[in-house]
Amino acid sequence: MNLSNYLVLSVLLFSIGATTVLVRRNAIIVFMGVELMLNAANLAFVTFARMHGDLTGQVVAFFVMVVAAAEVVVGLAIIVAIYRTRRSASVDDVNLLKS
Amino acid sequence: MTNALGGLAAVLPTAVDPAMAVTSAGGAIDVAWLLVALPALGAAVLLLAGRRSDRWGHLLGVAMPVASFVVAAAIWVQMLGLSGAERVAELDLGTWLSAGTFTVDLGVRVDPLSMTFVLLVTFVGSLIHVYSIAYMEHDPNRRRFFAYLNLFVAAMLLLVLADSYVLLFVGWEGVGLASYLLIGFWEHERPNAVAAKKAFVTNRVGDLGLLTAIMAMGLLFGTTDIGLVNRGAESAGEGWATVLGLLLLLAACGKSAQFPLQAWLGDAMAGPTPVSALIHAATMVTAGVYLVVRSGGIYDAAPTALLVVSIVGAITLLYGAIVGCAKDDIKKTLAASTMSQIGYMMLAAGLGPIGYAFAIFHLLTHGFFKAGLFLGAGSVMHGMNDQVDMRRFGGLATSMKVTWVTMALGWLAIIGVPPFSGFWSKDKIVESAYAVADGQGWQPWVLGTVALVGVGITAFYMSRLFFMTFHGTRRWDDGHGVPGDAGETADVQHPHESPALMTWPMILLAVGSAVLGGALAVGGAFTTWLEPVTGHAEHHEPVLPVPVIMTATFVLLLAGAFLAWRQYAAAPVAVVPPRGSLLTRAARRDLFQDTVNEALLMRPGQYLTRSLVFGDRTVVDGAVTGVAAGTAGSGELLRRLQTGFVRSYALQMVVGIVALVAVVLAVRI
Repeated sequence: MNLSNYLVLSVLLFSIGATTVLVRRNAIIVFMGVELMLNAANLAFVTFARMHGDLTGQVVAFFVMVVAAAEVVVGLAIIVAIYRTRRSASVDDVNLLKS
Repeated sequence: MTNALGGLAAVLPTAVDPAMAVTSAGGAIDVAWLLVALPALGAAVLLLAGRRSDRWGHLLGVAMPVASFVVAAAIWVQMLGLSGAERVAELDLGTWLSAGTFTVDLGVRVDPLSMTFVLLVTFVGSLIHVYSIAYMEHDPNRRRFFAYLNLFVAAMLLLVLADSYVLLFVGWEGVGLASYLLIGFWEHERPNAVAAKKAFVTNRVGDLGLLTAIMAMGLLFGTTDIGLVNRGAESAGEGWATVLGLLLLLAACGKSAQFPLQAWLGDAMAGPTPVSALIHAATMVTAGVYLVVRSGGIYDAAPTALLVVSIVGAITLLYGAIVGCAKDDIKKTLAASTMSQIGYMMLAAGLGPIGYAFAIFHLLTHGFFKAGLFLGAGSVMHGMNDQVDMRRFGGLATSMKVTWVTMALGWLAIIGVPPFSGFWSKDKIVESAYAVADGQGWQPWVLGTVALVGVGITAFYMSRLFFMTFHGTRRWDDGHGVPGDAGETADVQHPHESPALMTWPMILLAVGSAVLGGALAVGGAFTTWLEPVTGHAEHHEPVLPVPVIMTATFVLLLAGAFLAWRQYAAAPVAVVPPRGSLLTRAARRDLFQDTVNEALLMRPGQYLTRSLVFGDRTVVDGAVTGVAAGTAGSGELLRRLQTGFVRSYALQMVVGIVALVAVVLAVRI
């Protein structure tokens, strides 16, 4: 099996994730888009590690998972906090800094 | 008296640190600083106390110059007891400015020249202060008037007593300030305020000369001490001495209303008459002559500058005399005459050492008779409801006897009738103008003749003033109409003699006008008195024999006076000024001095300032406001990017990253 197919899948996943972040308003869905992008990146790392026979990429993928886990904790906490105060999970409602 | 004053000085709290003061001569000279301090104190008290001092302010105002005069007299008596060389004393009051190696000492210079001025200023000043009590009686701001007069006296004394040009400059500016404040004393009337401003601005032009000269002195000699500069002037070379001389002359021209900075003096008559008498006749305007004589060392090293001084004097002498012949305003006639008489002093000062003493001598006698004449004019105005037009006077001799007699003495003195004061000083100037110094060809003839012709014109216009005011037919309305006046109604006048407070100063000045010149001229007493300062002048033979000059002077004088008598006393004087010849019309307009100044200086100056303001607004301000507007505009544009939507920010980031990647790839490939 050609390894470049994994890369194509990674690009597709990243694009879907990015599009989700850009077009959706629900904070949870946006968050899921971010997760998708992170995992697309992980897939690319692992694929390149395999292509070059080097373990560094796989190690980085582990780091990304750790960071993603931490990010989920913080991000979800923020979303819950916002929902509690504003009764909405829409990112468009979070614009207090503007004017 | 000296001892009494010394005792007084010991009791008074001294502002001078005893360790700093150099006891140069002892006695009254040591308290010479009191001369300046007393009137300055008076001015400060009157200005700071404000309305609270309205009731007694004039008394304090009079007391201060009188006290100064007493101190001055004590110093003078002490100096008379000293020999010539000992009469020059410098009183060190400590260091004033210190900037690296350049220091200016605060000091007072007491010598015959400065004491002559001090005595003149304090004596005439005290009399005019007394006169002002009555003259300004009905003015609600009389206290302020006395404060300014005191300020003037203090500044003038500082000017003449200063031992360095920098300190002299302080006094110089002080008298300018006092003059400005007093010309514009009734500033609620626009012409007065304009006149004050004109005097101030014209004086600034001259001050520029003095300032530049002081800077040059600092550069050349490293000091501005008057004695050191004048002793060292020769070492600077003739070129530099000429530059200094011309700069000082510019300063003198501004202060003394000499050509070409003469335009302000006529307008300065807008001030109250005592001011005209004290500042614009007897003392301040003669400061220019003082400066020239005081800087004798510089001028001795610069014959060219000296010649320019006499030429300026000669031009102004004729200029003022011609203007004086045409003016109908009694104060403006006297102002023109002042200009002309100072022209005489400048002419004499420009003759070098032989003329210095006579310049100061004429200055002294002029101070008496011109102050007397001005006070007389003030007394006439006082009795005539502030009328100044001489064509509305006439026949006042019977109603104002004291004024008439005192002004007659002043008139005889100024036209130089022997044995009155003016004769002794003016005749000497004419004589010295004819004297030949080394290698001079045309100068004695030209300067001498100008001085001689000036005597004739002076006799004419002063006699015109005197006859138009006191003799001839009555041209004012005494309640039964004006004789020979067709319809035009003037105010009904009740001419009366002024109160004793006004007449006594006039009488004292008139006595001075009559006898002072003769008393000081006996045996060359005054010349000898000034010798420690002006140096001993060698005698130069005039180009014409002295008896011829004296006869010519006397004949011209009689001719001028006779002409005036025929025209203004024997014949009736028109109430409405006749059209007059071309020269008369020009002289009425001060020989177009204002027109020339406005065309040559004022308008171009205004254009210059306007274009500078325009350039400032468009270029300098334009750059600054342009930057500000550009920043605000671009901020306005960028503001639109801030939508407040997180996804649009995310999109911007994506676009940015894509662009970055594209750039990196483009560079790589």
